[in-house]
Amino acid sequence: MEEANKVRLHGTWRSPYAKRVELALKLKGIAFEYVEEDLNNKSPSLIQFNPVYKKVPVLVHNGNPIAESLCIIEYIDETWKIGPRLLPQDPYRRAKVRFWASFIHQQLYETMLTVMKTAGEAQEKAINQLLEKLQVLEEGMQEFYPDEVPSITAQNMGILEILICCLLGPYKLQEQVLGIQIINPETTPRIFSWLTAINQVPLVKDSAPAEEKTLALLKFVRDIALKSSSA
Amino acid sequence: MAEAEAESVVKLLGAWLSPYCYRVIWALKLKAIPYEYIEEDLSAKSPLLLQSNPVHKKVPVLIHDGKPISESTVILRYIEEIWPQNPLLPTDPYEKAVALFWIKFADDKSPSISKLYRSDGEEQQQAAKECWEMLEAMEEEGLMEGKKFFGGDEINMVDIAFCSVAHWLGVIQDFAGLKILEPHRFPKLSSWILNFKSVPMIKENLPDTDKMIALLKRRREMLLAAKSN
Repeated sequence: MEEANKVRLHGTWRSPYAKRVELALKLKGIAFEYVEEDLNNKSPSLIQFNPVYKKVPVLVHNGNPIAESLCIIEYIDETWKIGPRLLPQDPYRRAKVRFWASFIHQQLYETMLTVMKTAGEAQEKAINQLLEKLQVLEEGMQEFYPDEVPSITAQNMGILEILICCLLGPYKLQEQVLGIQIINPETTPRIFSWLTAINQVPLVKDSAPAEEKTLALLKFVRDIALKSSSA
Repeated sequence: MAEAEAESVVKLLGAWLSPYCYRVIWALKLKAIPYEYIEEDLSAKSPLLLQSNPVHKKVPVLIHDGKPISESTVILRYIEEIWPQNPLLPTDPYEKAVALFWIKFADDKSPSISKLYRSDGEEQQQAAKECWEMLEAMEEEGLMEGKKFFGGDEINMVDIAFCSVAHWLGVIQDFAGLKILEPHRFPKLSSWILNFKSVPMIKENLPDTDKMIALLKRRREMLLAAKSN
């Protein structure tokens, strides 16, 4: 059983968290085996490797499992010191990046989920919160990109690019399904240029599922939300 | 005066009741890093706090040579990287990843503990359930048989991250009249708590229980009154 140096990712194309790890591995040029999990019928391996949450993503390296996308990404960055550094070397800059990673992960992802899964007043409230938080991120970007947003390539993408890409990369499709504007180039010009630049990186384009697939998934999630709120 | 020898200035903005502040205090003391502690009145936040953490306006904030860092876990990682003496994380990348998993788990689940005193009725019951599930995961998956601490023979960042479970949960559940952390149900966890609170550096740096209860009582009264209005 040759497990040495073998890398396996348990994920699902529906999960932005799994997508984060997939992008990190691809950016670093790390060969890996991908296992598509059916979350309604989880593999025994997944449950064994992530007994606490029983969720994707799980990375298995040399037979050792690691869960939690942010922990996995730091592990990848430390273990494979090739390709782009996903976090900066300087400790103070690292702290800044970790702070904003935590903000995007906790504040933006959760609020976006609420926007997707609720309707009526609850959704309106969540939309306002989302837009407010995007303004905070817009200002915060001055900390890690004090001048213009740099041109983004597969060689300089880092953890913050990965996080924002997996959440709002498909923002145009999300706007279409929700019927609202999320990314306004006038009120959030930095985030707009950032996402535009990230979405043009060939590796990102190639890793994205077909638009129809993403659209279908978003509509499916929305339909469930609307049905349960009117029940 | 040798300017090259000037000590780096470390300030910690904190609040005496906050478990997140104690995480940082313990890390600084365990590594013997001199620092100036500034107690914040959270009902009247200082300009320094608002300027240092404009996004969340919360404590703890570490200010190192004038540079502010917010979020207790981010601060702990920074401290570990700048002052590597008495390491609080494993050096092996895999063991470190496992430690970071548990630290994140502690971050994600700990808020349920304070919900116990901030709520009543169904909301409080839900919070109690969440606490129970957190303790279960720690007991079944986190604590290895025979290991004194999450860090092995010595405490590390994971033990520190579970501060709310070690001290705050016991006080809050008693105050709320709930029985969640039952020793017979969580034997490994109960031993861990005793061991953790026996570490001299921890024992000497814990908030006074009576003071805690008095403040929790006031806060609960205010919160529930606000809800019924």
